[in-house]
Amino acid sequence: MDWSWLTGRLSADYLPQDPVTIGAAVGMPLAILAVLVAITYFKKWGYIWNEWVTTLDAKKIGIMYMGIALLMLARGGADALMLRAQTALEPLGIELFDTQTFQEVFTAHGSIMIFFVAMGAMFGLINIALPLLLGTRDVAYPFLNSVSFWLFFAGMVIINSSLVFGGFSNGGWLGYPPLTGLEYNPGPGVDYWIWALQISGIGSLLSGINFTVTILKHRAPGMTLMKMPIFAWSVLVAMVLVMLAFPVLTATLGMLALDRVAGMHFFTSDGGGNPMMYINLIWAWGHPEVYILILPAFGIFSEVVATFARKRLFGYATMVAALIGIMFLSFVVWQHHFFTMGAGANVNAFFGIMTMIIAIPTGVKLFNWIFTMYKGSIRFTAPMIWFMCFAVTFTIGGVSGVLMAVPALDFQVHNTMFLVAHFHNVIIGGVVFGYFAGIYYWWPKVFGFTLHDGIGKLAAYAWQVGFVLAFIPLYILGLMGAVRRLDSYDDPTWQPLFIVSGIGVGVIALGFALMVIGMAYSVWKRKELADTTGDPWDGRTLEWSVPSPAPFYNFAITPRVSHRDEWWERKKAGLKVPTRSDYKDIELPKNSALGVYIAVAAGLIGIGFIWHIWWLAIVALIAVVVFVIKRTFDDDTEYTISADTLYKLDKEARA
Amino acid sequence: MKRLLKASLIPLGLSAFVVLMWVLVKDVTIDVLEPTGKTAIEQRNLLYFTLGLSALVVIPVFGMLGMFAYKYREGRGADYKPEVDGNYTLEAIWWGIPIVIIGVLGVITWQSTHSLDPYKPIASDKPPIEVQVVALQWKWLFIYPEYDIATVNELPLPVDRPVHFSLAADAPMSGFWIPSLGSQIYSMNGMNSQLNLMPEKTGEYKGYNTNINGEGYSKMTFTADVMSEVDFTSWTIAAPGEATDNNLNMDLATYNILAQPSLMAKPQTYQLAEKDLYDTIMAKYMGHGHSSSSSKTDDTEGMNHGTMNHGGTH
Repeated sequence: MDWSWLTGRLSADYLPQDPVTIGAAVGMPLAILAVLVAITYFKKWGYIWNEWVTTLDAKKIGIMYMGIALLMLARGGADALMLRAQTALEPLGIELFDTQTFQEVFTAHGSIMIFFVAMGAMFGLINIALPLLLGTRDVAYPFLNSVSFWLFFAGMVIINSSLVFGGFSNGGWLGYPPLTGLEYNPGPGVDYWIWALQISGIGSLLSGINFTVTILKHRAPGMTLMKMPIFAWSVLVAMVLVMLAFPVLTATLGMLALDRVAGMHFFTSDGGGNPMMYINLIWAWGHPEVYILILPAFGIFSEVVATFARKRLFGYATMVAALIGIMFLSFVVWQHHFFTMGAGANVNAFFGIMTMIIAIPTGVKLFNWIFTMYKGSIRFTAPMIWFMCFAVTFTIGGVSGVLMAVPALDFQVHNTMFLVAHFHNVIIGGVVFGYFAGIYYWWPKVFGFTLHDGIGKLAAYAWQVGFVLAFIPLYILGLMGAVRRLDSYDDPTWQPLFIVSGIGVGVIALGFALMVIGMAYSVWKRKELADTTGDPWDGRTLEWSVPSPAPFYNFAITPRVSHRDEWWERKKAGLKVPTRSDYKDIELPKNSALGVYIAVAAGLIGIGFIWHIWWLAIVALIAVVVFVIKRTFDDDTEYTISADTLYKLDKEARA
Repeated sequence: MKRLLKASLIPLGLSAFVVLMWVLVKDVTIDVLEPTGKTAIEQRNLLYFTLGLSALVVIPVFGMLGMFAYKYREGRGADYKPEVDGNYTLEAIWWGIPIVIIGVLGVITWQSTHSLDPYKPIASDKPPIEVQVVALQWKWLFIYPEYDIATVNELPLPVDRPVHFSLAADAPMSGFWIPSLGSQIYSMNGMNSQLNLMPEKTGEYKGYNTNINGEGYSKMTFTADVMSEVDFTSWTIAAPGEATDNNLNMDLATYNILAQPSLMAKPQTYQLAEKDLYDTIMAKYMGHGHSSSSSKTDDTEGMNHGTMNHGGTH
């Protein structure tokens, strides 16, 4: 009897071979085991299940997103450190990795940083801040929110389990075929990459729908679109992009998966397929994706600068116009990622010019932030330091971006270290610094105490100095001919610059360590750092009108909005103490475990496809459908808090 | 005083970094900035021009950022106007200035994209030499159809004479790039990519693969050996005979061994025994019994590098 249908292509051949990977493959399960034992020992399973795993509270889901994002930042950062250690030391004969592992590691670095750090931190901050900024109790679809998070979590588990068993893709973070096709890559690595992205990508799409509806339908009464905080605008635009772009990713990865498991020829070089179609499609998602990440960061900076300059945001209407302009333009620039594929000069010139045009609204936003500072009274707290670092770094990244938008110049820098430096310049300097500013800014609102400001600033300085050391040499290396993704090179004149770059990554790691230390120190000193007023920054928007940490019902009384800076104006007008009659009964969503169950089943579909265990994929798919149907028949999804209880709770929270 | 000391850390640190970078690169050739080919020289000039144009925005931005951060910091008692939230004149200025700059750059982009189009032949009184390039896992095969020569990982070229490359791959997509000479281009299965370059100075220049195509990707480099017209001519005359004497004939059997994934220890020169080798390699990705794919090259080429390009500009 042939039992291979049971286990697909699982075999001991896929166990890790090289020492660094073996270390990680042994260490990771041990660390997880230690955590599980600790939870059991301290009898915390009930707490974790009831308060976190099954929660539908957006703030808690947001905190879980942030936790995963920071954990993955550590993983992706460790990858980066090892990659740069290799390029710094390789000419001396010291090789950390063999070539195959090196290529898997940079593929994992890129995929993890974009999908599980940047996307995770973005959805985390949106979950934490958006409902509070909008003056609402929850997102539009709290259960869907839980499904999104757990799908993201399932994708994260899949991408990391490749380390233990089977290895990862070696095709780069966007996995161009034919290299990632069956002919050149028959193993499970590419499938791990496909299914990790596919599953978390569907979670992202669901989140996009959820937040769009939240913004359009769940704003506090009186908050017209043009009275929304600019962060909400930036999220709205980003989520519209998510809804338009992520289906393209799903379809593209789906076709690549069909090429690999069903012998189809969408992207093969023969049989009528065309790999160039893949490159177009993946960037039709990929370019909007970078704007999906950066626009919420722009939104965060808009809130941060206005708050810490103690001044109304300069040019609100222009900011909105710029956001919408960027939204449209982000869909007509994708071809600039492959000017060198041989398109005609008219096509290249069109996409080059469209790309440059994006620099106009982006530049306008920068001028508006600078003029928000003009005649302000600026406090240089940690979030504001992140903004200053962003303003400098992102501008440099913008210049190198404009250079690369000129097709004739791109022909000399494309796919080199210059390109690597450019996109790290805008992603670290823009996205990462933006989300970090958001973490320091909104931390007291979810945890009830501020992060230690001095350590926070020190971390920002370390990131900034590390950034310059790590990436400016890469610009020069690119101009010297160093292409990207090199595990070895034979030009000795490159080594000094690679060493400086490696030291830079070390300084960035120090910055990350300082952030973690700062968080730990702040938890320890949480009494001294407690935010007793709910408004530690003298804020302007509604999230600062509720106590810190924000209660699970967000607002005891639904706020009525008549100003853009509603909280600031209320403080100026003088605050009124609410009376018992202001409180009304409210309804909140009950916890649900179905989100977790759906994600577990979805993860098993992925595992089934990766290892060709078809019965598992089919059973898991049926399970997903059953769970979804079960939820639709559940009428008892909400519970009521009476006005009396709410009155008492609110009084205690404000005491 | 302490604040001033802290503020001076930024320029001091930056200066130290600039000095460090300068020390590290002063004796090193930066290929893209010290070009030796016609295309690369024009690209270098364009790079400096674009950088200068960008500086027109960047310098005021950095200036204002630093000035406002210093002047309007809390507790300095400067003019504080919390209600100011817009100014149509100012906003018109910073929509206007970038629009003008991008307008200028847009015109230059349009022109340079056409004048430096890699598919566009380079004007010269000498006829271009034809080189067919095949990217393999993980080496570069160069075919000189006019001279019955094939080389691997070594690209002898005459100085001051245009070169026309036709590029394909018998491997995952690869990228062909000689930074000193100019423009890179992807080489792909069944696609006949084009590239025109003209070396203007003799010397040996490194060439690279810019797109990951498997395990040997990093080591897939080659040397462009730019020599005088006389040297090149004598090489083309001597090389086929020498190769035949050493039994280095590029026929289909030799090619099929070469096309297997492997690294090449040192460059090699062959006599080109299979005259239609390039077309044969191209054809590998076109048949397979699909009626529509026999005309695939023509179709995709037409789509990708349409006649409108060459019709519209020259």
